[in-house]
Amino acid sequence: METTSLIGTKNKKGQVITDVRHMMFEAPRTPSFYTGSEVIKEAIRRANVDVMIAYPITPQSEAAALIGELFAEGYIKEYFRGESEFAVMSQCAGAAFGGARVFTTTAGPGTMRAMENFPMWAGARLPIQMIVTCRGINSPLSIQPDTLEISYLIQTGMLVWHAETAQDFYDWILKGYMVSEEPDVHLPLALCCDGFFVTHTKDVVNLTPADMCLPPYDPYRSPVPCMDMECPPVRMMRDPFVMKSNYISYATHASWQQEVWAAVERSRKHTIAWLDGLIETENTDADILIVSSGTAVSQGREAIRLLADEGIRVGLVKIKTIRPWPWQEIREATKNAKHIIVPEFNVAGWLAREIKASIPDSDRVVAAPHVCGGMTMPPEIIVSEIKNVLGMRDHALAGRGS
Amino acid sequence: MIKKRLNIRMSGLGGQGAVTAAHVMAMAASKDGKFAISNPFFGAEKRMAPAESYCRIGIERIYDRGELVFPDVIEVFHPQVITMGKSYTMPFYSGIKEGGLVIINSDAPLLTEEDIQRLNDLRVAVFYINGTQVALEVAGTELSTNMTMIGSVAGITKCVSMNSLDLALQERFGKKFVASGGTATLDEAIKKKFAKKEMLLQKNLDTVKRAYELGIEWAEKNKFELQVAAMAAA
Repeated sequence: METTSLIGTKNKKGQVITDVRHMMFEAPRTPSFYTGSEVIKEAIRRANVDVMIAYPITPQSEAAALIGELFAEGYIKEYFRGESEFAVMSQCAGAAFGGARVFTTTAGPGTMRAMENFPMWAGARLPIQMIVTCRGINSPLSIQPDTLEISYLIQTGMLVWHAETAQDFYDWILKGYMVSEEPDVHLPLALCCDGFFVTHTKDVVNLTPADMCLPPYDPYRSPVPCMDMECPPVRMMRDPFVMKSNYISYATHASWQQEVWAAVERSRKHTIAWLDGLIETENTDADILIVSSGTAVSQGREAIRLLADEGIRVGLVKIKTIRPWPWQEIREATKNAKHIIVPEFNVAGWLAREIKASIPDSDRVVAAPHVCGGMTMPPEIIVSEIKNVLGMRDHALAGRGS
Repeated sequence: MIKKRLNIRMSGLGGQGAVTAAHVMAMAASKDGKFAISNPFFGAEKRMAPAESYCRIGIERIYDRGELVFPDVIEVFHPQVITMGKSYTMPFYSGIKEGGLVIINSDAPLLTEEDIQRLNDLRVAVFYINGTQVALEVAGTELSTNMTMIGSVAGITKCVSMNSLDLALQERFGKKFVASGGTATLDEAIKKKFAKKEMLLQKNLDTVKRAYELGIEWAEKNKFELQVAAMAAA
């Protein structure tokens, strides 16, 4: 059989469909001073996305609006606004069932409202990419950064990555599709960041050339048949197990759930190759480690500088993916640590719980500092926490209350 | 005082362009080859509601994100920030570092005896600039008040060059810029004040320059020094 390659050919916008390894690892980069929202737009410009469905909610509204501009420019085939986040995520499922590369963005209460769809996406093996710009979810209302919603996403069967910076976001949006769409993975990706800290912050981001784009999604690489008139997506859609209510139907459902989680596990090898590991480490031979994800890592980096000025050496573990969960990597990286500080932007401390469940001597974990509801995490409070652990006196933090 | 990092907190009211000011400052610093980031902090987007923005400029990579709790410089864009407590914390100067700087847009002194004493204890200098008046005189609109806040801090600390500010303004206002609906509306409002886009750019740049000169004048007269160290040669 004759085969042809799309690599080197041009899409409708004249972008060259490029070998993704070349595009991400070798092609020249242009430093650009952008907000996180603009960076999302620039990544999607190069992602050969078929369908984007939008619904406004702070702090992702700007990104969603900017991608509307991409549609107007012809970079995206279809773009529209749903009636609510629940509708958007259901419509995303429809588009993905139809064989489209789908992108959407949401945040906070929107994530919660749409939650029913996420295990459905995973179960239906739809490689949709959803940007989650985390914000407060509880009453009273807050639009400010808070990562509590990630703790709900991590049991859905979706891949869940937590970006630290706009640069992570840029690279991971593009690499995310590569992992998500692997036939042995074929799962949706929730690509999370801390709202405002990433979306509304202007920072230097190195962009790949605008005339290079990802190869299009090939729905025939799906492990379940894509939908057409003859072949509904997986047999269960036409003939649900629950209708039979017998042993074999429930056993099938159970084994399918196991298969979804097995697919999350199988994503490790691809993710490690694309993201250069599921964690990033610095000085893990230090007695004290800061282990975290998202913006808390950035605040940790500043705290490490402040402590270095005082002669206190602290190492760092940045966790890039929450699902798959890098438990082996974390065990290895923390094996020498006497104190493991886990700063988080949420009240529950879900990340510290995950870490405690993964390592021996979990009483080494200090689940602090926690800030939530839009409070900031000055590096000074991480310093204070570490000095406290070391039994050192610290100047009491006046905070901004003076 | 020469520092590795200058942390600037801008406290203003919704609609005054505090967010834009921080973005323009950071863009300019980036053009100067320094490390810089900027980010806003606000609640519901509403005219006259408290709105803060933060600009960090330094000679090494900046990781710190979010509200600036311990700033070197605080700029007050509107008297109500002080008189009506329209700031993220009370008092508006809480967290300011020793040897820091407060720039206030007002035509009259606003600080209480206690405020003055506490700022003196921390060796914090206070510069009043009648920014709204400068904006009216130079640009013909109070909407350019934020340009005076950019110019004054740049003049006093030299944290960004006038040339880079010029380039940053061109980038911000010279091309289509998508932000929130509120910001887009305000962009339209200021464009309507000027016959041509070039005029908008020129008048705003003139306003920045005027405030820059006022800042230099004040710093020389008061022998005040607060600067970011030069980048080490590569």
